Amino acid sequence: MTATVPALADVARTDAALRTFLHGLPGVDQVGVEARAAMLGTRSIKTTAKAWAIDLAIRMVDLTTLEGADTPGKIRALCAKARRPDPADPSCPAVAAVCVYPALVPTAAEALRGSGVHLASVATSFPSGQAPLDVRLADTRAAVEAGADEIDMVINRGAFLSGRYLEVFEEIVAVKEACGDAHLKVILETGELATYDNVRRASWLAMLAGGDFIKTSTGKVAPAATPAVTLVMLEAVRDFRAQTGRQVGVKPAGGIRTTKDAIKYLVLVNETAGDDWLHPDWFRFGASTLLNDLLMQRTKLATGRYEGPDYFTVD
Amino acid sequence: MPTDRLAVRKTYKLFIGGAFPRSESGRSYEIVSAGGEFLANAALASRKDVRDAVRSARGAVAAWSGATAYNRGQILYRIAEMLEGRRAQFAAEVRESEGVGKGAAEAIVDAAVDRWVWYAGWSDKLAQVYGNANPVAGPFFNLTVPEPTGVVGVVAPADSSLLGLVSVVAPVIVGGNTCVVLASPTRPLPAVTLTEVLATSDLPGGVVNLLTGQTAEMGPWLAGHMDVNAIDLTGVDDHALARDLEVAAAANLKRVRRPAAEDWAAEPALDRMLGFLEPKTVWHPKGV
Amino acid sequence: MFEYAPAPESRAIVDIRSSYGLFIDGQFTEGTGGRKTVNPATEEVLAEVTEAGETDVDAAVAAARRAYDEVWEPMRGAERAKYLYRIARIVQERARELAVLETLDNGKPIRESRDVDVPLVAAHFFYYAGWADKLRHAGFGPQPRPIGVAGQVIPWNFPLLMLAWKIAPALACGNTVVLKPAETTPLTALAFAEICQQADLPPGVVNIVTGGGDTGRLLVEHPDVDKVAFTGSTEVGRQIAKSVAGTRKRVTLELGGKAANIVFDDAPIDQAVEGIVNGIFFNQGHVCCAGSRLLVQESVAEELLDSLKRRMARLRVGDPLDKNTDIGAINSAAQLDRIRELSAAGDEEGAQRWSPPCELPERGFWFAPTIFTGVTQAHRIAREEIFGPVLSVLTFRTPAEAVEKANNTPYGLSAGVWSEKGSRILRIADQLRAGVVWANTFNKFDPTAPFGGYKESGYGREGGRQGLEAYLAH
Repeated sequence: MTATVPALADVARTDAALRTFLHGLPGVDQVGVEARAAMLGTRSIKTTAKAWAIDLAIRMVDLTTLEGADTPGKIRALCAKARRPDPADPSCPAVAAVCVYPALVPTAAEALRGSGVHLASVATSFPSGQAPLDVRLADTRAAVEAGADEIDMVINRGAFLSGRYLEVFEEIVAVKEACGDAHLKVILETGELATYDNVRRASWLAMLAGGDFIKTSTGKVAPAATPAVTLVMLEAVRDFRAQTGRQVGVKPAGGIRTTKDAIKYLVLVNETAGDDWLHPDWFRFGASTLLNDLLMQRTKLATGRYEGPDYFTVD
Repeated sequence: MPTDRLAVRKTYKLFIGGAFPRSESGRSYEIVSAGGEFLANAALASRKDVRDAVRSARGAVAAWSGATAYNRGQILYRIAEMLEGRRAQFAAEVRESEGVGKGAAEAIVDAAVDRWVWYAGWSDKLAQVYGNANPVAGPFFNLTVPEPTGVVGVVAPADSSLLGLVSVVAPVIVGGNTCVVLASPTRPLPAVTLTEVLATSDLPGGVVNLLTGQTAEMGPWLAGHMDVNAIDLTGVDDHALARDLEVAAAANLKRVRRPAAEDWAAEPALDRMLGFLEPKTVWHPKGV
Repeated sequence: MFEYAPAPESRAIVDIRSSYGLFIDGQFTEGTGGRKTVNPATEEVLAEVTEAGETDVDAAVAAARRAYDEVWEPMRGAERAKYLYRIARIVQERARELAVLETLDNGKPIRESRDVDVPLVAAHFFYYAGWADKLRHAGFGPQPRPIGVAGQVIPWNFPLLMLAWKIAPALACGNTVVLKPAETTPLTALAFAEICQQADLPPGVVNIVTGGGDTGRLLVEHPDVDKVAFTGSTEVGRQIAKSVAGTRKRVTLELGGKAANIVFDDAPIDQAVEGIVNGIFFNQGHVCCAGSRLLVQESVAEELLDSLKRRMARLRVGDPLDKNTDIGAINSAAQLDRIRELSAAGDEEGAQRWSPPCELPERGFWFAPTIFTGVTQAHRIAREEIFGPVLSVLTFRTPAEAVEKANNTPYGLSAGVWSEKGSRILRIADQLRAGVVWANTFNKFDPTAPFGGYKESGYGREGGRQGLEAYLAH
């Protein structure tokens, strides 16, 4: 079973057909795409537009902890923060989701119950993905059964870089099947893909295989999300919808720490994919420290004075 | 001189597109030596000959400018070889035309041969000397290379019938231009003989086209021609005519080289070549 | 909807005087008026400037001659260099002020004056400063000499940048200058005069005379001017070429263009769309090297035009001082008339006009970004320079046809080519008869990269080592 639409149903028929399709996508000129991303980074978002963007960005955060040291206590604190990021201000929206390791999904599910905050789990032997497929699928099923409604999988970069596209495709299809009703975010780990051409190909591969979101990075590899990589992925989802009618979301993750950064990404979304993607259903930030900066800037806009970190909760 | 055999005289014709036509006007004019003796009837070219010559020069641009620099250098060197082989004939014609002594005439021919050799060597060095990489402040490959301007009108020096002619034609064609040359009106015979050398030197037809006749008659048509890219007025001695031709040249913004005092015996500078080259700058991003 | 709130740059940083005199021999003369310069975005009068007449131009040329003979030409190159470095630094120090002033007087978006014009001005002075004491290594002979007094006339599209392109190499080579800024955009040149004062540049080395076409003619035809440098229309360039005929004056001309921007079916399509947009809408299309003819391969034409239209719908037209504005005001009412007239010709000749929905301000001079499809080489809008935000779209089938159409123009300033195939790029770049070829990019400028045209786009180069030649005696 694949989620591909009829127009592109045949492209994953064979490894050769898939290769022909992916290599037939228009090239990406590195200098040009980076210049475009940098130019959009000069947009000046002020006053009412900034307030609107900050609230939207908060609603788009996948509040994330992916540490070996994570404990149920840490997860409960994170979930409390996700539900009510600014205890002093009830008008502050909740974040989109909490993102944790599979082992901590039961704790998070309990802590988020009834909140409307989604629960995402990384799976598929995150972050390397270097485990047998059946182990990765079991990992996925366990997370879903424990209450995750979003799965962040990693693609098999080794297979991708060695040109075994069909293998990558079939693995994504299998994980998607294991997800059941849970939404699948496909992590491309763009920092390991080396070129924007590869980012575009991997984006299409993930979308063709049924991914609901394409996500830049695990956060464990540098560079993580960059504006230019995200721009290429936004072009991909835009073009994919134009060709197939199916809308896919985008999630930059890793390295987005400031409100200024987050707003730059929202400008990218606005001026590349457009208004339809300016919603937590279609664009997310994978981040941890970003949230407090958003909250500080939000308060600054309201009070007109610069804020200090002592007034915002640690996770 | 033995008189038992009547010499076979040469008909001095035009040189257009590698062929030797008479003037389409059917006209000719008398060429006399420096001492005033009749030498020959040369073709008196008309505006239509100018037109035909420009058409032929334009047709030759693509192949000549597209030839490798090495190939152009070889052909210019071949011209020197052919000229050397007809040294005696040129010396005699220069002597008659310019009224110089035998030794001086031979020295002029030798210098003309050497000038072809000098310019031949420039063909594959111009881009290195006049072109360069540009270290722009960004991730771009950036290179400036000289390209030929295109079709160049050349008014050859009126006095220096061979060395002066070679000194104005060689720098134009070495860079890949083609040309329409108005030979010295009063001393055109070495020029016509030079075209016979050009015709046998593997120089593609149309690269050099040479017209004999009156500068004042042909000049305005050449200077005003909208398919000529540049004009060298070196041989225009009349200041008012030079100004008029420069004004006519402005119609399509030809590159103009104005008349100036010249010492044809001196080693040339680069400016005769550079004046008929267009630096082209190409940018390309550098990325993976 | 993500609506960007207004983000205007403050104009408090500039201090525009109500009236300006001329800058001659290191001093401002008393202003005598004669000409008003307006903000094209609002039609507000910014200042009154002096219309320089014959005696003014005589005085400026005399000051330049005196400075040439007595100070600047005899000065060691290393010392001239330091003055130019000083100027570059002061431009950097006053960058924000200059950017705002340029935007007010010209109508271009502050993003461009801030990020393109003014940084390039400083870079240009910095680059040529370094040449001043190295001229004998430039490849123009062992004893390079300046020419003398340069009369320079510049256009209104990049007022301060064109000033830098003219003055920096002239001064580096040891010439002195009299410069006339465009009649609609004199203010940054006058600010530059103050910069010369701040830099203690010897009086007379730079003289600025304001005025219209008559002032320019007086300068170009002045008998004591040795070198004429002009950037502007091909028509005026032709007049200048005629007027200097038979004189000793050296001339360089940087004139009009009708550049082809060629997009092959294997182009990096998203970057090509950016390049097309940048090529024609940068600076409202008031760019001589604008990519005003899009030549797109038929097999991708429809897809490309869809992308282009979607992208154009994102262009932000409006207040030039707003930091988010992409397209500012047309520089003058006269230019707006010309754009309208040629666009109307496009309609009449059967091309299809398209503009994204956009609200134009009521006051000021505005023209929506526009493309015409169904254009052929026979249309006026494919042949004549519009000098505005209007793109003519043509198609081609083969590389040979692309080159033939691209070169089928009396102009030859610039060209663009988009393809991911390296050998095709290089071959097409060879065949294009244009002084600048941008491959997989467009409208890039750098002080080290020579710029200038073939054919009726003028002669001579500005920028780079080749840019020195225009200011050195043969």
